[in-house]
Amino acid sequence: MFEKKSGILLIAGVGFFAFAFLSNAVIPILMYRHLPEKTVLEVVNGNVRYQFEDLAQRYPDSFTAAYGEPPSDPEQAAEWYNAKCAEALELGRKVYIGEGCWHCHSQFVRPVSNEDRRWGPVSKSWEYQNRLQRPVMFGTRRVGPDLSREGGRRSNDWHAVHFYQPDMLSPKSPMPKYPWLFDGAPDKPNARGLALMTYVQWLGSWLESYPYYEDFQPTPIKTIAATEE
Amino acid sequence: MTTETPIAADSDLPRHEDLVEERLVLWYFVAALTFMFVAMLAGILMGLQLLRHNPLPTIELFSPGRWRMVHTNAIAYGFIANAFLGLMHWIVPRLTLRPVLSRSLSYFIFCAWQFVVLSTAVGLLMGEAQGLEWGETPVWIDPLAQAGLLLVAINFGTPIIQVKGPLYVTLWYYLAGLVWTFLTYAMGNFVPEYFVCGSSAGAVGGLFIHDLVGLFVTPLGWGMMYYFVPILLKRPMWSHGLSLVGFWGLAFFYPLQGIHHFLYTPIPMFLQYGAVLSTIALEMVVVTVIINFVGTLWGTGGAVLRNLPLRYFYTGIAFYFLTCLQCALQTTLTFQALIHFTDWVVGHAHMVMFGVFSMWQLGAMTYLIPRILKTDWYRPDWCEVHYWASAGGLMVMAGDLILGGLFQGWSWAALQPWESSVNVSIPFWSVRIVAGLVMFFAQVLFMVNFYMTWRKSRTLAVAAA
Repeated sequence: MFEKKSGILLIAGVGFFAFAFLSNAVIPILMYRHLPEKTVLEVVNGNVRYQFEDLAQRYPDSFTAAYGEPPSDPEQAAEWYNAKCAEALELGRKVYIGEGCWHCHSQFVRPVSNEDRRWGPVSKSWEYQNRLQRPVMFGTRRVGPDLSREGGRRSNDWHAVHFYQPDMLSPKSPMPKYPWLFDGAPDKPNARGLALMTYVQWLGSWLESYPYYEDFQPTPIKTIAATEE
Repeated sequence: MTTETPIAADSDLPRHEDLVEERLVLWYFVAALTFMFVAMLAGILMGLQLLRHNPLPTIELFSPGRWRMVHTNAIAYGFIANAFLGLMHWIVPRLTLRPVLSRSLSYFIFCAWQFVVLSTAVGLLMGEAQGLEWGETPVWIDPLAQAGLLLVAINFGTPIIQVKGPLYVTLWYYLAGLVWTFLTYAMGNFVPEYFVCGSSAGAVGGLFIHDLVGLFVTPLGWGMMYYFVPILLKRPMWSHGLSLVGFWGLAFFYPLQGIHHFLYTPIPMFLQYGAVLSTIALEMVVVTVIINFVGTLWGTGGAVLRNLPLRYFYTGIAFYFLTCLQCALQTTLTFQALIHFTDWVVGHAHMVMFGVFSMWQLGAMTYLIPRILKTDWYRPDWCEVHYWASAGGLMVMAGDLILGGLFQGWSWAALQPWESSVNVSIPFWSVRIVAGLVMFFAQVLFMVNFYMTWRKSRTLAVAAA
């Protein structure tokens, strides 16, 4: 068996591979079958909606160019914002992957190395059960900080300037500049820039402790989110 | 040591020219080295960015994050895969005494694979990456690459399957490796992209990162070691029993470890423990393989020092032992708490991909190119420089990054401001770029040497005609 073609092909080649896939992949898949994958629209919440509308107010020209005008009817407008926000999250994630952000920023907080004190609550499985985590953006390297609780910690203006020229706000930051997410100036983000900011503001927006600061206090934005539901 | 132990009368054996398409082997080497050149340029760009000396900071197509993905993908699919395909076109027909299934299919695969790698690079530079580490190939190329891997498996699998009786060790690794590569690519590129999300996708992604090294690169690498080392030393492997232990141990334990890339994530803890245990178990298997190769070398009177390709191979084997020892230690949860996310891992990855597998492939190229071109190297001393600059540069780079990783980890655990982990990295990143430039210089020298040797062979051919 050990030196025969059939043994090598069927036992080692297919059998052991299948055994590993069963034990290492199928088991977690079965364990999380009661946590169905949420769609992008389902993960739009009050916190990220607040940030998205904030983008509309801060950069009205860019916003209109990217998404058009909201309907005048308030109820339709709410639905419109949700849909556009989902669209922005999807594009933002594409930019996040395409620019390789995930190779220098992780998206999970470990229960060790004081990470919960630096970034907030340790990551749980349910947080990742959505379309925007397919494939999951755990990441394997941190040149820059973890981003899974980044949402709401900084303003959209901060992010705009930071994406445009990181060392203006973080001196000596090794992060690259992303001027192609803007039309020539940090106050003119283009569609990709708006989308990436929405995506970053979304990270952690589903948590009680949003936004997470080192000295966390419940946020006033929570009440806005609550009244909307 | 006698070199003439006739197994069959010479007339019974097929002629080498009928077995091996030498031109294709050479083409694969050229393609591999071209992508090595691109990959190293990409690495240098990212390295300079980290030191805040990016020469092209505001050009979208030179986004360092995109080039970082070109760096890893060009090495994995451009250099390593091309070099392996070239070497297999030499090894498989000579071991099985049968040519590959079809010469025209071989040339088609060559072109198709270059197309896959090139379009991957273009796709990545256009910002179309897939969110899967080592599998960033844009999703619309994945089916094509998958079909290519199927053709590769058929093309090389046919002569292997036609062998009667037990197979030689190399062919175990190759046969299994062809199946594994196909399955691994399919699993990694399609399951977490289309079927599962979140922690489950993480588990599959970890399995993919791991299997790509363990079930594609490693078996094809050890396959060539079991072929070239006995030939160069003109003696059989020390222990056939240990060869068996090595192969079956790898086959069983290697695929079980994927999750050790994502320890302390929300992936269930008992699965993380399982991955850790099988990683440590594999280290035992690796020791038996190393013993087997050291046993084979034992008593050859310093052949490894005099023979350059052999020196490449055993340097790689030494690095292999080091990386696997490192694996067994760094996979423990104690180590992970400190070194995960740091440059320790980057150093480890460079030691595996360059220190082990690229060294083996460069050694095999050093051995085969003069045989195919039927002339000596244009400058044998440049080959020596190539070896020392590659091995030395890699040693400095890996050691430097591994050490730097510890400082980053300590800085984070101490809850210092994030900037201090960057500041503490600057000296290490500076050393890394110097080491990288030395390695780059070595490869360029090798390429020039290759080109000049080719020109020399052309003039010799013309003179002979």
